[in-house]
Amino acid sequence: MIQPAQPELVTVTIDGKEIAVPKGTNVIEAARLAGTDVPHYCYHPKLSVAGNCRMCLIELGMPMADRATHEPIMDPETGKQKIGWIPHPQIGCATNVVPGMQVKTQSPMVKECREGVMEFLLINHPLDCPICDQAGECKLQEQATGYGRGYSRFIEQKNVKPKRAQLGPRVTLDDERCVLCSRCIRFCQEVAKDDVLGFVDRGSYSTLTCYPGKELKNNYSLNTVDICPVGALTSTDFRFKMRVWFLKQTNSIDTESSVGANTVVWSREGVIYRITPRRNDEVNDTWMADSGRILYKQVQADDRLHQSTVKGQPATLAAVIADAAKLAKAGHVAVVGSGRSSVEEQFLTKRLATTLETETFVVGQTGEGDGLLISADRNPNTRGALVTGLVADVPTAQLDALGAEIDAGRVKTIISVGEDLIAAGLTPAQLDKVALIILSAHGTSTTAVADVVIPTLTVFEKNGTFINQQFRLQKFAQAIPGLTSASNDLVVLDELIAAVGGEASEGDMKSLWKSMGAEIPVFANITYGNLPATGLLLDSSAWDNLNFPEGETLHFKPAAAEASA
Amino acid sequence: MSFKTVERKPLTFAERTYVPQILSGLKTTLRHMVKPKETLEYPETRPIIPDGYRGVPTLVKDPHGREKCVSCQLCEFVCPPKAIRIKPGEISAESDQAHVEKAPEEFDIDMLRCIYCGLCQEVCPEEAIWLQNVFSMSGYTREEMVNDKTRLYELGGTLPDDHFKWDKKKAAEEAGNAAH
Repeated sequence: MIQPAQPELVTVTIDGKEIAVPKGTNVIEAARLAGTDVPHYCYHPKLSVAGNCRMCLIELGMPMADRATHEPIMDPETGKQKIGWIPHPQIGCATNVVPGMQVKTQSPMVKECREGVMEFLLINHPLDCPICDQAGECKLQEQATGYGRGYSRFIEQKNVKPKRAQLGPRVTLDDERCVLCSRCIRFCQEVAKDDVLGFVDRGSYSTLTCYPGKELKNNYSLNTVDICPVGALTSTDFRFKMRVWFLKQTNSIDTESSVGANTVVWSREGVIYRITPRRNDEVNDTWMADSGRILYKQVQADDRLHQSTVKGQPATLAAVIADAAKLAKAGHVAVVGSGRSSVEEQFLTKRLATTLETETFVVGQTGEGDGLLISADRNPNTRGALVTGLVADVPTAQLDALGAEIDAGRVKTIISVGEDLIAAGLTPAQLDKVALIILSAHGTSTTAVADVVIPTLTVFEKNGTFINQQFRLQKFAQAIPGLTSASNDLVVLDELIAAVGGEASEGDMKSLWKSMGAEIPVFANITYGNLPATGLLLDSSAWDNLNFPEGETLHFKPAAAEASA
Repeated sequence: MSFKTVERKPLTFAERTYVPQILSGLKTTLRHMVKPKETLEYPETRPIIPDGYRGVPTLVKDPHGREKCVSCQLCEFVCPPKAIRIKPGEISAESDQAHVEKAPEEFDIDMLRCIYCGLCQEVCPEEAIWLQNVFSMSGYTREEMVNDKTRLYELGGTLPDDHFKWDKKKAAEEAGNAAH
């Protein structure tokens, strides 16, 4: 494997501490590497530098040299080269490091600068923290604690600006709270490529607004809410629902496509309130699509299944498993796995199929990719189905092969793990000919006609891993307790395997990954525990020649395009 | 361990008659017979509640009848026994209080949990929750002991306001930027 080029390092001194940072790093990032926080509002690591908030002012100096001879000027007292400090402060975001640079981030001048900037920012900022959704995660609130005066010298009237303005279907704007950092404007221009936001009017009357006749309605609009350092841009869905300090954060993965954007699920007492992106520089930077943020609604959806049934009659899980095993043992079984199941579930699905000595099928889900964070493959874990051996090639959207088997009378029973078979192209007439065993979190037209239905959990209620389009193994964690009336997919699969005479797993992630590592070469030495939060790139050489449906997305180039480039 | 034997003084003659002791006891009794009564015929008569007394927590309205709570949930956060439950809600844009934007949809205080510590009153940025002078809460069921929003406003009534900050906010909004 070719090693990525090592970045050239530059040594700088930050608050008297020498540190080597990659060339091209700005002072804010260099200070972050040195363990010092330089407060900022307009700077965002994934956007261009605007330098308009002035909060990141720092003191800058360079070692002195004689102008004519370029000889270093030495300080006789210390015996070291003299430092020439720039007499006025510089902004850290727009200053890239150079060798020998000296930075002061904690000096009295810097502190005074921050206090001055804070006082100006707070002049027109409304004092409505009690009703502001940003309270608790507001940069202005945080810095006011460190650099605010605690009282206001401003006795004049504050500016009046539009409140509760609808910028688009999902974003509500409170202009009075805006600190004019322009992060949202730059995001729309640079990342979403939908240039709809801008400032009108001048000075302290500057107001953020949409261009006349336009709306902020692209599928990435809620990222502007995430990057807003104050409470100006708020999510219409999350607005006034819950204060953020009550919410528990759980790392998860976006399931809407094979991009596998890293997310954080915010929940309180078993109820999910919002989903936000989690930074992963190799996958989604700090962004995610709006469509992925409402997926938490599937947890409390009306069509959730609450009761395991046999031929429409309620039954206990044990009775249902026994019934399913009886059907499965009769032979002529086909197993339909899913690209939406976790790798662990796919592994057990494969083991179930091996025990029953049957063929496996997977349903492909494709749509149009948007070139950013939604790919053409709408299964989050198609690669998992390949790695676990459920399928040998990229799955097709229609189960025509399975349909042909049913028509030929070679399949009498179908076990489907989370897939809607009617949606996947099997006709009700075909399904009438076979016995159906369905594991599903939600009711579908297939569960309505199934012989055995076992309710299972959504992605937010269980632990697991997905393999995204880059063959990056990423884990998601259980955010909320599962429905008591539903069972974990892994438990159901284990019970089924045991009931048909196979070797069930020990029921925990640790031992499951031990056997996965032993059976699947690319999983060797991986455990669920040691999997990094930002994922682990697997060796994908075995599947390089397959024709995947994905086009180019952020941080991903299809193998074919890469080869021709 | 060592012991020290204390010598007990023998009683004097007067002490041995018990008469001075009986007389001094009678003096105390007689003094209380003529003093005003300390006890109250509760519940017919009620005690006077001193200022700053921490009774049952209540929600109050301002003199213009506006509900002061904006459901910031700080009391819910600070409440040590987790007696407070709030479901925040949005004030509709048509309401004449639309400029406040936020108000509680539901507000429950479980009086079986409340320890009358007064932290909710102390933390409230809107001066909306007050521990007033109601000190006896009783009920036959657990549900009865949970004060909901309607009950909390019934108990709380109206308290004077020094700031009227939301009225000022509305006035500034109506005046607009031309006023400065």
